Amino acid sequence: MAEPLRLDRDVYLQLVAHCYDGLPMEGCGLLAAEPDTGRVARCYPTDNEAASARVYTVPSRAILRADRDAEERGLVLAGVFHSHTHTTAYPSPTDVAQAPDPTWHYVIVGLGEGEPVVRSYRIVGGTVAEEPIVLG
Amino acid sequence: MPAVRLPTVLRSHAGGAAVVEADGETIADVLAFLEATYPGLAGQLRTPEGTAHRFVNLYVDDDDVRYLDGLATKVGAGSEVSILPAVAGG
Repeated sequence: MAEPLRLDRDVYLQLVAHCYDGLPMEGCGLLAAEPDTGRVARCYPTDNEAASARVYTVPSRAILRADRDAEERGLVLAGVFHSHTHTTAYPSPTDVAQAPDPTWHYVIVGLGEGEPVVRSYRIVGGTVAEEPIVLG
Repeated sequence: MPAVRLPTVLRSHAGGAAVVEADGETIADVLAFLEATYPGLAGQLRTPEGTAHRFVNLYVDDDDVRYLDGLATKVGAGSEVSILPAVAGG
């Protein structure tokens, strides 16, 4: 399995809460990491512009704001999170086809199994590889 | 000269820089300048027909160029142009 994704504990709680808040629609947002360590230190919950239970779109203006804010904090955008409201926490064909950056982490919060299931993936050239999540 | 913020996915084509300087009076000029200066960006920003790729969002300062004049949007010497990825999925 790949190198673990280091995820700040508060970020973990924040992104899960945001996905629950978004129900019945998919919730989404961006992740920012420390460039030296790769540790995800901040998340940016956003609206789901698609307003859908099956797909999500992060508003471009939210990407602009997050990018600027992350830079001011010495961080870099390093991934995206979103929920699967009724299915497992595994990238859908749409997720794979539209993955914008092979260096990013793709965190999915599965809400279809009674309790949240959070998993992270790399998506490179259409190939999905899960990476373990380490909190801290 | 306008400054251009590059998304992480394209920075490797510009020596890893997050922000580069560009030249031009419109967004189209700026994109052409970038493609000429950083050959790795060619084909990443515009379609062969010259329109912006659908997976690229373009802003001048705080404004989405789709709601201005598109690629004909004017760019000032002190403008900041942001190239942002489209982030979506299912």
